Amino acid sequence: MKYIRIDKAQWAQGLAAAEKAYRLFGPVREGAMLNFAALAPGQAPDLDGLNTRMSARSVVYPQSEILFEYTVDPNDPDGNVLKEAPAPAKPAAAVGIRPCDAYSFLLVRRNFDAPDVKDVYWLRNYEATTFIGLACDHPGSTCFCTSAGCGPYSEQGLDVLLQDAGDAYLAKILTDKGAAFLAAAGWFTEAPADSEGCFSAGKEAAEAKITSTVETDRLAEIPQMALYDANFWEDIAFSCINCGTCTYLCPTCWCFDIQDEVRGKHGIRERNWDSCMFPLFTLHGSGHNPRGQKVQRVRQRFMHKLKYYVDKYGDGIQCVGCGRCIQYCPVNIDIRKVCQLMNRFGQDAACKVA
Amino acid sequence: MIAYTDKIRDIARRLLKDCRVETVIGFRNGSMPMMNEPCFIKNVDDVDHLIWDGNCGINLANYLTNRTDKIAVVAKGCDSRNIVTHIIENKIKREQLVIIGVPCKGMLDKRRIKAMAPGEVTRVVEDGESVRVCGAGFEKTYPRKDMLQANCAVCIHRNPVIYDELVADPVPEQQNVDRYEDVRAIEAMSAEEKWTYFENLLAPCIRCYACRNACPLCYCPTCFVDESTPQWVGKSQNPVDVRTFHFLRAYHCAGRCTDCGSCERACPMGINMRVFTKKLEKEAFEQWGWEAGLSLDQRPPLDTYRPDDPQDFMK
Repeated sequence: MKYIRIDKAQWAQGLAAAEKAYRLFGPVREGAMLNFAALAPGQAPDLDGLNTRMSARSVVYPQSEILFEYTVDPNDPDGNVLKEAPAPAKPAAAVGIRPCDAYSFLLVRRNFDAPDVKDVYWLRNYEATTFIGLACDHPGSTCFCTSAGCGPYSEQGLDVLLQDAGDAYLAKILTDKGAAFLAAAGWFTEAPADSEGCFSAGKEAAEAKITSTVETDRLAEIPQMALYDANFWEDIAFSCINCGTCTYLCPTCWCFDIQDEVRGKHGIRERNWDSCMFPLFTLHGSGHNPRGQKVQRVRQRFMHKLKYYVDKYGDGIQCVGCGRCIQYCPVNIDIRKVCQLMNRFGQDAACKVA
Repeated sequence: MIAYTDKIRDIARRLLKDCRVETVIGFRNGSMPMMNEPCFIKNVDDVDHLIWDGNCGINLANYLTNRTDKIAVVAKGCDSRNIVTHIIENKIKREQLVIIGVPCKGMLDKRRIKAMAPGEVTRVVEDGESVRVCGAGFEKTYPRKDMLQANCAVCIHRNPVIYDELVADPVPEQQNVDRYEDVRAIEAMSAEEKWTYFENLLAPCIRCYACRNACPLCYCPTCFVDESTPQWVGKSQNPVDVRTFHFLRAYHCAGRCTDCGSCERACPMGINMRVFTKKLEKEAFEQWGWEAGLSLDQRPPLDTYRPDDPQDFMK
């Protein structure tokens, strides 16, 4: 494995060089919050914070994305022609993405890159993105990544993993894509021989700081319908206001809605994030709504992430442990508690959330 | 606050034991600092889950809409005013309710406390008139009155206006409060400045609708943004649609909003959309001397007509 040392004095200069070949995204300060967004020319990513408010999902999968456009103006040379929205001219790089967010794309990929169905828009954006991760040396109190399939030094889904080494970043090159980005930035200085040791020591120290966990070992073996009919859903769902906070902040939620918008003779088709918390999500044309009640929608969200996904793909839960939904749920519904209730179903005599 | 909690539990226990209600709606301890979770209690054995402190900012009137059972509900000043509004608007019947009134001392501003802390806040302890904020390697104490949500800092109806039980003696209402300093600052702006101000204010909105869904006033079976036949508002992040949602929602709350602050508290992006509803609250007060939810016997100004209504807006 190759390691590069990036002097922090060369950081801005390198990013400026990379900017010529890449559209850069990274954590940026927006008022009181840190968000993951496109970097303005010359803007440095803010790498001091922990998880950004919104995940890095929108780099590959924007909240609103135009799929195609058209005009029915007979005088327009392109009149009555459906035109695919132009792809971005340059590839993208997510600089300073946290390992959990990078790992989330691998989970989401199962949906957008299935053997039989390919989502061309998601795949195009995903394949055009290089993921430059930053290891989490100071994980937060709601980070439970180590029990959700990744970790503060997880390399899954990354092309480069950076470690903050004081006056420099140590860069572990994981893929050719990663090497190409570092080359575009002009970062070639080979790191000292003990870099591997720095990463493994950092990993051990960071993982030891993770205090939050979820239990998932029994989720696969409990029958789906038993969990579906469990007695705790009403209690879990009571406080839920059915907003989209958890689903929109979640890096692994992938549902969308297709909309046509027309203005005069010009029209677009776009897709927007959708949320299983909204009643409209499942409203049929007939007026029937199979998930017309709040408790059904709340159950769906947790059953999808913690049971249906587990059963369908056999590779853990559809959650990377970033903790955003716990931090920002307006009424404090905590996926760790729900996961525990589900995992211990049939074991605890009293299935109480409180 | 411990005294409040004990009293709430006592009342809840008595009401459930005497079968006066089927359900008690209140708060239980949250898993995060400065967060409690609305909950329902049906069983006498569970009443000890109920708690009260400065983190009960979610408006529980929101959990009463269209219920058919007999309910006891814990209500601070603003909640009680929204219960009044709910009764007036036929969303619940007075006879269904046993209102456990809580004289409120204001709710803590979780966002400000987090922003002021030098690191991640892991514990917040209320101790009478002060608040202790703790995290890894720091512990800071602030006067409680300086850490209140913005709406609580200018609240003039802390005591429940309607109740069947009161958990403590009424607290003194805040005097000489300037409720509309923020609104006047925006009113004084030029049209261009206002435009920029609103544009920036709403830029972080992700249309999760937490503000709408946390609001006890927003109970329409189908919200105008969710209408699909025909569709009234676009669904994307187009700023025109985002603004349409916020502006129109505020108008729907005109003369009804109690400034409980649930909308702002619920927003995951920290948007102060209260400036819209407060502007309309100010209008209703200045035009008709109206404050929402103070009386069961008076119809709200926007569903009554009086020949002597001021018509100054007609030019």
